[in-house]
Amino acid sequence: MTDVRTPPVLRVQDLHVRYGRLHVLQGVSFDVPATGVTALLGRNGVGKSTTLKAVLGLAPRTGTVELAGRDVSSWSVMRTVRDGVGYVPEDREVFGDLTVDENLRLVGKDVGVEAPVVRELFGDLLARRTQRARTLSGGQQQMVALARVLLRENRLLLVDEPTKGLAPRLVTEVADVLARVATTTPILLVEQNLPLVRRIADTVVVLDAGQVVHRGSAAELVGDPELTTRLLGVSMKQGAAGD
Amino acid sequence: MTDFVLLVVTGVGLGALYFLAASGLSLIYGLMGVLNFAHGAFMVAGAYAGWVVVSHLTGLAGGLALAVGVVAALAVGALIGLVVELVLIRPLYERHIQQVLVTVGLSLAAVAAVQGIWGPDARQLPKGEWLSSTTSVAGAHVPNDRFLFIAAALLLFVGLKALLQFTRLGLVIRAGVENRRMVAALGIDVQRTFTVVFVLGSAAAGLAGILGGVYASSVTPGQGGSMLIYAFIVVVIGGMGSLNGTAVAALAVGLVQQLTNFYAASGVGDLSVVLLLALVLLLRPRSMEGAR
Amino acid sequence: MTRRLRTVALPLVLLLVLAYLPYVPTELPGLLPDRVNGPGSMQLLAICLTTAGIALSYDVLFGRTGLLSFGHALVVAAGSYLTAIAMSSLDLPLALAAVVALVGTTLLALVVGAIALRVGGIAFAMVTLAFAQAASIVVLRNPGGVTGGEEGLTLDRDLMPNLLLGVANAPYRYWVALGFLVVAWLVVAWLVRSRVGHAMAAVRENEARAAVLGLPVYRTKLVALVVGSFLGALGGVVHAVVLGGSSPHITTAEFTLSLLVMVVLGGAGSSWGAVVGGFLYAYADARLIEVSGSSLLDHLPGALGGVLSEPLFILGTFFVLIVYFAPTGITGLGRRVVRRGEP
Repeated sequence: MTDVRTPPVLRVQDLHVRYGRLHVLQGVSFDVPATGVTALLGRNGVGKSTTLKAVLGLAPRTGTVELAGRDVSSWSVMRTVRDGVGYVPEDREVFGDLTVDENLRLVGKDVGVEAPVVRELFGDLLARRTQRARTLSGGQQQMVALARVLLRENRLLLVDEPTKGLAPRLVTEVADVLARVATTTPILLVEQNLPLVRRIADTVVVLDAGQVVHRGSAAELVGDPELTTRLLGVSMKQGAAGD
Repeated sequence: MTDFVLLVVTGVGLGALYFLAASGLSLIYGLMGVLNFAHGAFMVAGAYAGWVVVSHLTGLAGGLALAVGVVAALAVGALIGLVVELVLIRPLYERHIQQVLVTVGLSLAAVAAVQGIWGPDARQLPKGEWLSSTTSVAGAHVPNDRFLFIAAALLLFVGLKALLQFTRLGLVIRAGVENRRMVAALGIDVQRTFTVVFVLGSAAAGLAGILGGVYASSVTPGQGGSMLIYAFIVVVIGGMGSLNGTAVAALAVGLVQQLTNFYAASGVGDLSVVLLLALVLLLRPRSMEGAR
Repeated sequence: MTRRLRTVALPLVLLLVLAYLPYVPTELPGLLPDRVNGPGSMQLLAICLTTAGIALSYDVLFGRTGLLSFGHALVVAAGSYLTAIAMSSLDLPLALAAVVALVGTTLLALVVGAIALRVGGIAFAMVTLAFAQAASIVVLRNPGGVTGGEEGLTLDRDLMPNLLLGVANAPYRYWVALGFLVVAWLVVAWLVRSRVGHAMAAVRENEARAAVLGLPVYRTKLVALVVGSFLGALGGVVHAVVLGGSSPHITTAEFTLSLLVMVVLGGAGSSWGAVVGGFLYAYADARLIEVSGSSLLDHLPGALGGVLSEPLFILGTFFVLIVYFAPTGITGLGRRVVRRGEP
């Protein structure tokens, strides 16, 4: 359940996103607690990625976005990110022409593959520091995408389908990293992989057709096959086999 | 053979001018997604700034006066670029069609303003003794100003390369050319980078303008227009936002134009450039999609 | 009811008024050079109507489909020049020459469009510009003396119907121009209501989404480009008839830019906008030259007077202001005012 004792790190109220005549988000409201992983679930195309983008300001939004109790609805993307919101986009979006080291140095003056957080969580990247990101595998690119946001101090991470298209071993690796990060930083996670959600998420928010249709604990949702099928259109098994 | 040497050197010289005109355009497009139609007007501004300075410095030797004129052209180009980016381009952030329209209106108004102040006729640009004479290369009498163009283009190319490769600004530019939305999503002030690149590109346009004036020995309000179209072609062939591509394409266009104009017929060179463009489009259309 | 009024009744009334103008002998000093049905006024109005129709043809690409083409001069010039050349080189009468020009230009548009549409957005603008520029170079070089170079071409009078010749017959040329505008208006009205028209609107709105919805994006754009080019070529033919020949000015990039200015000034994506923009631009283009020659500006200090006497300076500045403060153009502004007035 949502923790009512500490205020939420993120509060989204009546969030709308319109692209031309297409009304993608139709009044989405939810809270992200100040600890642990909150999973944002739903079928394909219901507006999960758009929700993350709208929170950050990358999508044209109306409604209220409160970060640690302050209204940030009118903030630019840059200001929101600098205030401590890290964004790991769908499809990684690392800079393919830049080397691994350059991808990381982009975030700040004094960081790079030598930064402690990289050494600790992403040891593999050290050996590939001069390799162009384009030539990395999907899993390695995901590590770069995660590493570059962890180089900053964050009060919240927005992570969009980090395991999409990864081999099972890598899925576990990514999940491990996310679980470790979540001990210090709350995460709002879009994820299709239900076993992974059950493993690392505490809270779930389910979207359908641009609206929130369910809020609750992760264990409760994933443990109820009937509810999962109704809300997500998949059973546990399919979800596990899917990616 | 001497004809051929002359054609190659002058072709490279012309390509150097195209590179000066196109490199700024390409970087601005690659990074910001802005097709700057006013780039030609910036060239005209640089050309006239240089001409005004040179014609007031009658006491100095021709070459020295021109050097001061080049500095003036760079400064005026940079200043105009700064004002235009902050006042006209930035408020229309990411609204690319409107940005193009604004630069179209600006180019019409600016060229008309120059014409209103200094008249529609060409103004002679004195360029000093050395630039007006020729040097013998393998028997061909190559006009010396071609060496100036080649040197300026090389300097700009090496300078921009160093900027892109070895500085933090260059790192942000390279990342931004690939995906500027993601650069902003990493909390980097990509807008400030836009301004810097726009100013750099505009200064290069000013330089291209005054050197275009040296090429023609005069400045005219219309000189930016035709130059701009070749610059566009160079940018498209080279792949938007790619400095190496722009350099290669500028050389190719300059050489093709000079050689075919001589060996086929006058005018065929200009057409073959457009054919080259069509060919590039048919063979690798994805080369010019630019950044997200 | 009011919608009906706006889409059918208003254009019809306006058409009747315009068709009747050659019978109106009133003088409008300051507005028109002589009597409304005098040859000077008729010629001016014919040019305005032709330009309005050409602007409408450009709006099919830019306003309706979101294609920022900088090559529309190519098809207008092709319509005009191919007519003149078919007459001078093949001795075809005007009507046949016009058919040759229309077929030739439509094929040209198909080929150039098929290549240029391989790229999208801003790159498409640059590529179309390059093609139009190539055509402009050809025309100016005057290969084999066929295009007349900087002089342009005059239509062979022997191959023209008598009704379209001479100062006294200016009203007939005016009616031809009006007829062209009506045809362009009807074709555009039909096109935007058709399935292709809806696909065009979807592509303009959001190309990626149109593709996701399964719309044939490339084909839609090509159809829009070809239809717009056909109407542009027809405008070129009429332009040649009204002016009695082809001038290299209509091959230039400046001509395309002026079409863009017209459409944006009037209001892109609306037939009224394109027509009003085109008409006013052509009118202003003709009349501003007189203003700039007037003594009004003599009292200003040298440079300022010089700058303000340049019509393009005023137009360019006005254009920038419109893009910022009235993105829906003059007709959009008008509509907003009307709506505010309604209870």
